Amino acid sequence: MGKAQSMVNKPAAGPIARATPSPAVGRHVELTVGGMTCAHCPPMIEKALTEIDGVISAHVNLANKRAAVEYDPGRVAAIDLVKAIRAAGYAPGAATIRIPIKSMHCSSCVTRIELALQMTPGVLSARANLGPNAVDVEYDPSTVDFDAMRRAIESAGHKVAEPKAADVKAAVEEDGDPEQIAREEEYRTLMRKFWFATAISIPVMALSYPDLIPGLRDWMPMGSDTRRIVWALLGVLSLPVLLWAGSQFFTGMWDALKHRSANMHTLIAIGITAAFLYSVVAVAYPGLFPDPALAEVFWDVTDVVVALVVLGLALEIKAKGRTSEAIKKLIGLQAKTARVVRDGKEIDLPVEEVVVGDIVVVRPGEKIPVDGEVTEGESAVDESLITGESMPVEKHVGDEVIGSAINKTGSFRFKATKVGKDTALATIIRMVKDAQGSKAPIQRVVDMVSGYFVPTVMILAILAFIAWYLVGPEPRIVYSTIVLVTTLIIACPCALGLATPTSLTVGIGKGAENGILIRSGDALQTSQQLDSIILDKTGTITRGEPALTDVVVARGHNDNEVLRLAASLERGSEHPLGEAIVQGAEDRALSLADTENFAAIPGHGVSGRVDGHEILLGNAKLMRDRAIAIDMLTQDWERLASEGKTPMFVAADGKAAGLVAVADTVKPDSKGAIEMLRRLGIEVVMLTGDNERTAQAIAREVGVERVLAEVLPDDKAHEVQKLQLEGKTVGMVGDGINDAPALAQADVGFAIGTGTDVAIEASDVTLIKGSLTGVVTAIEISRATMRNVRQNLVGAFGYNTLGIPVAMGVLYPFLGLLLSPLIAAAAMAFSSVTVVTNANRLRFFEPRRVAS
Amino acid sequence: MTPDRWIVLIAGLLLVAFIVWFFWLKRAKGVRAAETSGGYQEAMILVKGGYTPDTIIVGRGKPVRLNFRREETASCSDKVVFEHFGKSADLPTGELVAVELMPKEAGEFPFTCPMGMFRGRLIVE
Repeated sequence: MGKAQSMVNKPAAGPIARATPSPAVGRHVELTVGGMTCAHCPPMIEKALTEIDGVISAHVNLANKRAAVEYDPGRVAAIDLVKAIRAAGYAPGAATIRIPIKSMHCSSCVTRIELALQMTPGVLSARANLGPNAVDVEYDPSTVDFDAMRRAIESAGHKVAEPKAADVKAAVEEDGDPEQIAREEEYRTLMRKFWFATAISIPVMALSYPDLIPGLRDWMPMGSDTRRIVWALLGVLSLPVLLWAGSQFFTGMWDALKHRSANMHTLIAIGITAAFLYSVVAVAYPGLFPDPALAEVFWDVTDVVVALVVLGLALEIKAKGRTSEAIKKLIGLQAKTARVVRDGKEIDLPVEEVVVGDIVVVRPGEKIPVDGEVTEGESAVDESLITGESMPVEKHVGDEVIGSAINKTGSFRFKATKVGKDTALATIIRMVKDAQGSKAPIQRVVDMVSGYFVPTVMILAILAFIAWYLVGPEPRIVYSTIVLVTTLIIACPCALGLATPTSLTVGIGKGAENGILIRSGDALQTSQQLDSIILDKTGTITRGEPALTDVVVARGHNDNEVLRLAASLERGSEHPLGEAIVQGAEDRALSLADTENFAAIPGHGVSGRVDGHEILLGNAKLMRDRAIAIDMLTQDWERLASEGKTPMFVAADGKAAGLVAVADTVKPDSKGAIEMLRRLGIEVVMLTGDNERTAQAIAREVGVERVLAEVLPDDKAHEVQKLQLEGKTVGMVGDGINDAPALAQADVGFAIGTGTDVAIEASDVTLIKGSLTGVVTAIEISRATMRNVRQNLVGAFGYNTLGIPVAMGVLYPFLGLLLSPLIAAAAMAFSSVTVVTNANRLRFFEPRRVAS
Repeated sequence: MTPDRWIVLIAGLLLVAFIVWFFWLKRAKGVRAAETSGGYQEAMILVKGGYTPDTIIVGRGKPVRLNFRREETASCSDKVVFEHFGKSADLPTGELVAVELMPKEAGEFPFTCPMGMFRGRLIVE
């Protein structure tokens, strides 16, 4: 708790290191700058930076989003540069770390440590705090590492506190979600109030209608003093119900009134107060009524309404807590500790203290604490909780690992590349939270209504009171009061207000559980009404990298032998097609030989000597140039080429030996996903820069009818626009890098994400697992969620538009029907619970599995 | 009509007029965000039954940091949503939560709780 609080952004108040003597040469710093999207951004930032007194030069690179600044540390501090970038409207990138300090007791120590750190190149700001005995450092991870920071702290005469085993353990066990605790507490208080109000309600109800109960009728006949005294006592009993059990209505009303707004509390508070005051008057001054016998009391209204509405609030809190279960699961995934190598020792640290560049050790069965790159060892890693992909992924040296994935088999070491708020998981959590907080367009209607709703209900209640008083039946005052109270109580602004956000929270959370990040309510609402979906071929439908598909042999040769020769020859080559052949041979467990005299013939192929044979691998022209007869293979060549593959001739010792074909292969579940999309009634279009023949071959294989081939990368957005001009709502699926303009142009852009790079800017939906099935699931989730929202809205609007007029008594002239305030209270209390419960039904949504 | 009916009618209509004026016609003047040394335009907003202040005036093109502090437990206000900026923030009770925005164009931008019961405005000049 305390930690989170003091971590919250306070404006940097620490002293800035201006007093250092000015060295002859300027200091150089490189800062990452976020938010640069246009060509004119860098000059603006450069201008802002060079205007600072003490900056010698500044150069901003748009491509790698970095600002290189030469400055005089004697006249300007790094943090001022950061501020200038921020003031210019961009986001300077910096990481933060909290370093615990041993025995930091005085405020002068604080200043010393801050100064020492601020003088370290790469440290942007440092704020030491006596409370937690730690210093929060903002730093540029590419310039400074933990060691440098520690040296700075030591130079100030302090020591970095060794994390005690107990501290680490405490960090692990510190699991209290303050929000959860507050909710539990409120639930318990409300339930106590409910039981109290209920306990009072029962005798009050019985004694309020003595005429209906034979024994009581005789004991306290109408108009008797006994009856008045009993009723007065009931009033005394009801007072604590009004003032204690109903207290939140009054405080809620008061807080809202101060802001000139009104809410559910206002309506309930006025309603129960009106009923209560009427009863007080009836008991105290029965003479005011035309016939004293009519001076009945409504204590039961106050008590029962409070009991029911309080119960409704309690149930709503319980149900609302469940709507954010998905995000809680994600937060729970975060590792609490990391085993880091520092000074050659492996030490356990709370995960907040890991810095970029640390070497982290992971043993089998452990959680990977942060994002990074494997430096030693190998293992299989289960990333299913993040990507939704159930198969463990093999990780070797150089591979990327995602924080919070679970290490399965081996132990390995990796270098931390992203920590704290920058890790993939933290980004996912932030994005999901933002999306859950965003609004679907459908909610704008509700927003318009909600500002006017409560005052309108109050006006309606007053008008109903007037109408009943002017022309209603006798006793008019009794009827008017009942109608006023019922109208105020039956109106339920909560059901309206809860309808969209609760469903959205559950729906977007459900997406995250399935490895689909829906970025906003807008994207969620648009996804359900897609008419067409454009799929980029390479990397979306296909794997995006070539693989060996066919081996055809001339008479007298054998499959494996031809492949082995071709692969052995290509082993030295770095060409992607060559790598595909080598990989194909390795998959068949062929042992490859060494190549002598390897030569690449640009535009034709390669040649070399394998096992004493002269081997040629290449196109038809290469064969013709070397006068090799290939007639018997040309038919197969044609066939393979028409299938969109790249066939290559293999010749051994001047004779054609066969063909090896390589192609970008279709992902196993693409066909099934496209089939599902079509079954959802969505037109599927394939878009590719490849030639018509290859495109058609792939299209046939996966069952796409409309193909846009030979589209230049720059024209992709244009193709999307053309489809939109046909009046269609268009979704685009691409990799998010080359396709960014097309993704942005589409009504909904789906980016196929890979690894730790989940924050793909141009996309509305990010599919963490690189499979098309995610598109189907995203659309299904969107449809299910929006259906749920509509149910809620219809329910809430319908409830209010029906309930309020009935409460006002419009049915009375025709049917003689008038609603009791008690029924109104029950209806109101359970309408909002119903909305939240309906939203919670979405939690049981299961995506249909696509057969691969 | 009897006198008591006249009294109820007139009192009722006056009450209606008061409700219209009180909730809809009177608007609060805004509070200008302070410029800080960090390059932000900052303002502190108390969340209790509504936003205090509920109208914040800022300049265009400079980052804005709004520090929310929620001092109630009602579940409605546990989040604040800036619809036009696509941003939202959880507001745990009793904690200071900073929301940073970049107003790129002038105009009036509402911020609300997810249910739209609490309303505030960010006026960009």
